[in-house]
Amino acid sequence: MKKITRRRLLKRGAVAAAAATLPLSLVEISWGKGNAQNFTFAYISDSHLTHIKGTKFVRNFDKGLKKAVMECNFMSPKPDFVVYGGDLAQLGKKEELEHGLEIMSKLRHPVRWVIGEHDFYLDMGRFWEDKISKTTYSFDHKRVHFVVLNSILTYDSWIKRWKTPEERMANMARLDNPNGSPFMVGDRQIKWLKKDLARVSKDTPIVVMSHSPLYKIFKPWNFWTDDAEKVQAVLKPFNKVTVLHGHVHQILYNQIGNITFQAMMSTAWPWPYPLSYIKKPNQIPKITVFMNRADPFHERDATGWSILNLENGRVTNHYKLWENRDRILRYDEKLGYPVDTLYQNPANRIPPQEHY
Amino acid sequence: MKKMVAAMTLAVALSILGAFAVQADEFTKKDLEKWNKEFMSVVKEGERLFHSALGKNKVSCDMCHPNGANTHPETYPKFQKQIGKVVALRDMINWCIQNPLEGDPLKLDDPKMIALEAYITYERKGKPLDPGKH
Ligand SMILES: [Fe+2]
Ligand SMILES: [Fe+2]
Repeated sequence: MKKITRRRLLKRGAVAAAAATLPLSLVEISWGKGNAQNFTFAYISDSHLTHIKGTKFVRNFDKGLKKAVMECNFMSPKPDFVVYGGDLAQLGKKEELEHGLEIMSKLRHPVRWVIGEHDFYLDMGRFWEDKISKTTYSFDHKRVHFVVLNSILTYDSWIKRWKTPEERMANMARLDNPNGSPFMVGDRQIKWLKKDLARVSKDTPIVVMSHSPLYKIFKPWNFWTDDAEKVQAVLKPFNKVTVLHGHVHQILYNQIGNITFQAMMSTAWPWPYPLSYIKKPNQIPKITVFMNRADPFHERDATGWSILNLENGRVTNHYKLWENRDRILRYDEKLGYPVDTLYQNPANRIPPQEHY
Repeated sequence: MKKMVAAMTLAVALSILGAFAVQADEFTKKDLEKWNKEFMSVVKEGERLFHSALGKNKVSCDMCHPNGANTHPETYPKFQKQIGKVVALRDMINWCIQNPLEGDPLKLDDPKMIALEAYITYERKGKPLDPGKH
């Protein structure tokens, strides 16, 4: 539980303070149970479990994933399923993926998996596809159509330039690598997506889950999918489309045409917003109200997971933040884009939300 | 008498300073290139260290700070509330090596520390100094 000091309580008002302390069991009361399309699922992402040697793993990162799994298990009512958003491993090692599977096996809910680049580039996804999940698939749940894409593919020429799988993985794992390569979905998957969506009516809510954002924010750190526009074009005819993604380890949301984009937190560590790197220009979405700058002295600061409510075909995102006030993102039908229910109003923002 | 000695001493001191000043002014473009090369080699070493495991758990600085972002070297020295006093950037570098990286602190004049500082500040080049800022 978070500590609520008297000063904070007075400052934010009793209603807001009460919302911050809502137990997990009460977060979904805000919408009608009558609508069959309304349901709850959870999202855990970017745990980056790191093998040291033998049976030793980085304690800090293990702790993040274990905490998210434990809290998911306490959810009441239960989520219909849990999504794992990719980057379960740090260097794609069998030890890391197996360790991740063991921690995830404690979850009492079914899991849907999305692959991240840290899971992929050692063996090009072989372990993942053999032991964990397909990387491209779709499913229907309570009249919502879910699509999972492998958005972290890249150019063959880059894949072939490395001498060993380890070298390839290490180069993809380094976020600020000047020798990196942009992510992409690729024409084969886009063709599959067109076919998959051909049988879905235009008023069916679509939720796409990918590891990288299916739009362009900052190429130097691969907050980027090279063929994002092609994917967006396929999604364009649908009335309600939400893309959920990991990879950026931060609160980030955007609206492009009919498509709402929301990023998930990492359970391991937060990443700076690209504007904190002053040497390169960025395209950070203007509507995003930033997360608090992380305090390194609190190891779980600016990390967490999400409870997502499907509400009338839109996704309401309850960011469960371990060292900060929780944040809630809700699609505003009048404005036509998602807003933070507390901080969207500039008057409510707080100094730690200033990044520089 | 005392005054004269003082004046003479001053004159001698000035002439020595003057001699040095003349020499110091005479660095060339070539010198500048050489010094910059020296500096950039230390930046490069800092970049390498920043992207390698400096502690005991394989975690590296860049995992939280790509391109050194969110280290804010221009704001040091500043009050670090968790340490309870005003500290320098190198104190925070050591804090990170000891905690997230689970390693032993570097000596403050360790060439590795200088290299890390060179890289972190170089990535922030051009940002105005703002000591004390949070
Ligand atoms: Fe990640
Ligand atoms: Fe990633």
